[in-house]
Amino acid sequence: MINTSDVLETIHMIQDQNLDIRTITMGISLLDCADGDLSRSCEKVYQKVTRCARDLVKTGEALEMEYGVPIINKRISVTPIAMLAAASGGDPVQYALALERAACEVGVNFIGGFSALVHKGFAAGDEALINAIPEALKRTDHVCSSVNIGSTKTGINLDAVRMMGRVVRRCAEITADNNCFAAAKLVVFCNAPEDNPFMAGAFHGAGEPDCVINVGVSGPGVVRAALAAAPDDLDITGVAELIKKTAFKITRMGQLIGTEASRRLGVPFGIVDLSLAPTPAVGDSVAHIIEEIGIEKCGGCGTTAALALLNDAVKKGGVMASSSVGGLSGAFIPVSEDAGMIDAARCGALSIEKLEAMTAVCSVGLDMIAIPGDTPAEVIAAIIADEAAIGMVNSKTTAVRVIPAVGRKAGEELEFGGLFGSGPIMKVNTFSPARFINRGGRIPAPLQSLKN
Amino acid sequence: MRAVLTVIGKDHVGILSKVANQCAESNANIIEVTQTVLQDLFCMIMMIDISEVNCEMSELVYQMNRLGEESGLSIHVMHEDVFNSMHRI
Repeated sequence: MINTSDVLETIHMIQDQNLDIRTITMGISLLDCADGDLSRSCEKVYQKVTRCARDLVKTGEALEMEYGVPIINKRISVTPIAMLAAASGGDPVQYALALERAACEVGVNFIGGFSALVHKGFAAGDEALINAIPEALKRTDHVCSSVNIGSTKTGINLDAVRMMGRVVRRCAEITADNNCFAAAKLVVFCNAPEDNPFMAGAFHGAGEPDCVINVGVSGPGVVRAALAAAPDDLDITGVAELIKKTAFKITRMGQLIGTEASRRLGVPFGIVDLSLAPTPAVGDSVAHIIEEIGIEKCGGCGTTAALALLNDAVKKGGVMASSSVGGLSGAFIPVSEDAGMIDAARCGALSIEKLEAMTAVCSVGLDMIAIPGDTPAEVIAAIIADEAAIGMVNSKTTAVRVIPAVGRKAGEELEFGGLFGSGPIMKVNTFSPARFINRGGRIPAPLQSLKN
Repeated sequence: MRAVLTVIGKDHVGILSKVANQCAESNANIIEVTQTVLQDLFCMIMMIDISEVNCEMSELVYQMNRLGEESGLSIHVMHEDVFNSMHRI
């Protein structure tokens, strides 16, 4: 017989502590859809996505019912569209519209992969795709976009960084009447993983199989509850142990659902992404874990150390629980999607500078941060360059997803709704980095890249 | 294939009977029952065999949830594998 306290613990985690599978993401390769003719290429994309993902949502819902574990999102990631645009030429927005149609047809929550990988330079299709991002995100609801502008192996493409500063601004400007929402669906990466199931940065890398199932788990609430129930005098080693044990349990759930989904869909199982992904729901916050560890307010001194411990313990616990770990795998610190972060930013405990320091020790980067609407494109580009530098030097993934709140100032609020949440507009240092950004060229790869 | 059924709520007459009846209706065989009442909080964990149920698993889950709502109890049915994978190596 199964142990009573184990059963009650699991029920409690799901009922009261927001344990869930954040996403089942099906990665689909579109390389075989490339065609010299744009409309034919788009049609092939639509056909392949709807064929592969036909049963994705239905299977997800059946698993949710049978196993009693909520599966919040069903998503699709595809081959970076820039690769298809290279073959077909023409307006890449057409691909976004085809992806949108396919996403609506199969009923998924998001489809990611309107992406380009330009960490070393621009190939055919890349520049056209990047320039089409604002229009593509404005005209679609489910399509997410990402651009990789740097890596440890290649350095940082400063031309691409400059371009992305403008693109992020443009995204916000053309959706100013809709809370600048397009910018929330665009991520700029350094060291982007090819098997990430989380949006907005998911895309299906060129080295991946034709079709694959990746799973992202979530469970900040469970970790926090475990810490809250621990004795007050538990030393920090004990705290790390406790987080490890909890992360193990959370990940096992992800592994179970992932393997079962892959079996039922007849698609190989890829990875479990060991990320602690918060939601705006009360009790599902990474900031609250930091506070539970003993920092009065997230962002206070000690936050970076506590987060480093949390991030490391989650990986150590999770890695044994899964046969294959990948994606971003770390604690997320998106501001608008985390009730504790929102509070901390509102009361002034948390600044962008502190968040930047935090991204050096956790996944993934400056995420879902609303910035003043008058922030110049060069400043946004420089924020991207700073973040990418942290990723490049530390051989880790970093990303920037900032939302310039057009027409609004620091201290006001921006409301997205749903999983995207809402957040205060944070103050940005506006001393001009224009000369640096406009130099262009490429920041050479660091010494860390020479491992052979 | 087995599932774990948990019932938690304020104790009153006939809980076990209602749940057992619903199991019988769905042709789910009850294998094991653990039940305690702490003060007036009723807590029961049942292991049921669902390999020969006469409806979809999702239908059984739905029926049990409905029964829970009608009786003011929190009833969950979850696949045994969830607990096995979470708590055993």
